Amino acid sequence: MKADADEMKEMLRLMYTIRQFEDKACELYTASWEAGNFLGALHPSNGQEAVAVGACTCLNDDDYVLSTHRGHGHFIAKGGSVPGMMAELLGKETGCSRGRGGSMHMFDPDKGLMGGNGIVGGGTPLALGPAFAADYRGTQQVTVCFFGDGASSQGPFHEALNLAALWALPVIYIGEANAYAVATPTSEGVSVPNVADRAAAYGCPGASVDGNDVLAVHETVSEAVAHARAGKGPSLLEAQTYRMTPHCMAMRESREDVELAEWRERDPITRFEAHLQEKGIMTEAEQNAMNQQVAEVIAEAVTFAEESPYPDPADVAEGLWAT
Amino acid sequence: MREVVFVRALNEALTEEMQRDENVFIVGEEGRGVFGVTRGLLKKFGPKRTRPTPISEAAFTGLGVGAAMAGLRPVIEIMYLDFVTCCWDQIANQAAKLRYMSGGQLRMPLVIRGQQGNLTREAAQHSQQIEGWCAQIPGLKVVMPAMVEDAKGLLKSAIRDDNPVVFVEHRGLYGKKGPMPRGEYTTPLGVAKVQREGTDITVVATAVNVHRALAVAEKLADEISVEVVDPRTLVPLDTETILASVHKTGRLLVVHDAPVRLGFGAEVVRIVTEEAFDALVAAPRVLGGANLPMPFSAPLEDVCIPNEDDVERTVRQMMEG
Repeated sequence: MKADADEMKEMLRLMYTIRQFEDKACELYTASWEAGNFLGALHPSNGQEAVAVGACTCLNDDDYVLSTHRGHGHFIAKGGSVPGMMAELLGKETGCSRGRGGSMHMFDPDKGLMGGNGIVGGGTPLALGPAFAADYRGTQQVTVCFFGDGASSQGPFHEALNLAALWALPVIYIGEANAYAVATPTSEGVSVPNVADRAAAYGCPGASVDGNDVLAVHETVSEAVAHARAGKGPSLLEAQTYRMTPHCMAMRESREDVELAEWRERDPITRFEAHLQEKGIMTEAEQNAMNQQVAEVIAEAVTFAEESPYPDPADVAEGLWAT
Repeated sequence: MREVVFVRALNEALTEEMQRDENVFIVGEEGRGVFGVTRGLLKKFGPKRTRPTPISEAAFTGLGVGAAMAGLRPVIEIMYLDFVTCCWDQIANQAAKLRYMSGGQLRMPLVIRGQQGNLTREAAQHSQQIEGWCAQIPGLKVVMPAMVEDAKGLLKSAIRDDNPVVFVEHRGLYGKKGPMPRGEYTTPLGVAKVQREGTDITVVATAVNVHRALAVAEKLADEISVEVVDPRTLVPLDTETILASVHKTGRLLVVHDAPVRLGFGAEVVRIVTEEAFDALVAAPRVLGGANLPMPFSAPLEDVCIPNEDDVERTVRQMMEG
């Protein structure tokens, strides 16, 4: 299914939001680090916005998303609260996980956001569950499970794909092949050229798509979603993209300048901006205005987060047990 | 009351809870009932609710944890509890932590159950005790029934609980007969039971060791009055009942199969020495399994697990000391 003009504008707004959120998060992180306060592990997703947005805009509110350690983009694209996530990053009581989760564990179950995951590949078996539940209840909900190319080398990934295909569960596995597992190039970690090639081994559809082309991602994921909703089972998709920022702010690996420059040319946001201008859907001025509006949203989120209280240490055990 | 075998009590608990709540389903390798616990359920409830799986613990445990997040009530079967090592991430990192990490937004109503044990000559990878591994992970409840009656009542409570519960069955008890009430009942988690009252020494024992302790108490009845406390759940632990017993007897012996090092016994001794030191008239003792991989050969395995003679000898020593 192709996106219409309004949907495309919304996609651009979401991509701006993710980019600005990540930039601001890195800025806050660095300032905090310099002030002597370590803010945990922060994994920015700059450069991968088209995957999160192209995929999540195919979903309904009651569809599920399981995210990764690099999940801020997924959270925004699926409709999670931006101030809530900013407050969570700073460990505040108003955070979307009440300051118990942090950067890798953003939850909003009402939006189908079932959390990021600190364990690479840990979400891949977990995603079978909401998909199974939808099948069990006979609803039309689907589950999207994001994973990185590094996760596809984890054992549970293969177990999950086998079971998903065996039971024809409505789950869409979307690999974000962002060129590196921390600092190890994909070619040194994956035995086939494309993670999606492995779909053949499980007997489910697989497709590789340009992950820096939001419309291409949207179209490919839409087909997989329709396939799942029709009861035809899982898909293993792969979005070829590039992480323009470090694996994590605490572990900054080096990259070749030439490589970075090459990928900057293929920046998913500037490409999409050019496309929308070319098609007469948005002017540059309109895009600048939109980006400015997003800047205000991000600024408000920072203010909200900074002004929010920390959790009360007396409540530290709250949330452990359901009663 | 009627006499039934342990596996039958578990089977009844599963049947009743599946009839009561259509969100309850079973997933795991034992879907076809190789140990008899789930016997007949596939036929009765169909493959939607009793789902046999491939040998793929990480996948089907992950499925169960994820289904709980989405509001179902899975009962995940691990054929030998040793195999939790193959899905440990899904138990320790996911099931135990997701609710807390979500700031209390998620509910995780799931049971992970299976059998463990020893003295069946199955060697080191099929003879481990996982209760201590699980009790070390905040966010998991750990249940260990010793009696037929409790097997049913505790499993029903575990299924109704909104938290992840690891339900540890001892295969040495599966064929054991015991009284079980007729009709509907549940046994609350976190409440210990004094299985035999006594005044000279408290023996806190888990699973099959409750029966060993009771046999010794009976044998010594004319000389030493032994109180046998069955915690029934390790997390949450009913410390009140244990402390009350030690206040009465002044002596504490803990008996379990798991390796003695850093085990449940050490934890009970810690609690008692911190909270009831003045009540003690003898040094507390722990009888646990050997700190060894379980050997295959019968004479070797037999010395790795506390038996009735060990319990009797230790009780006598503590009374003399």
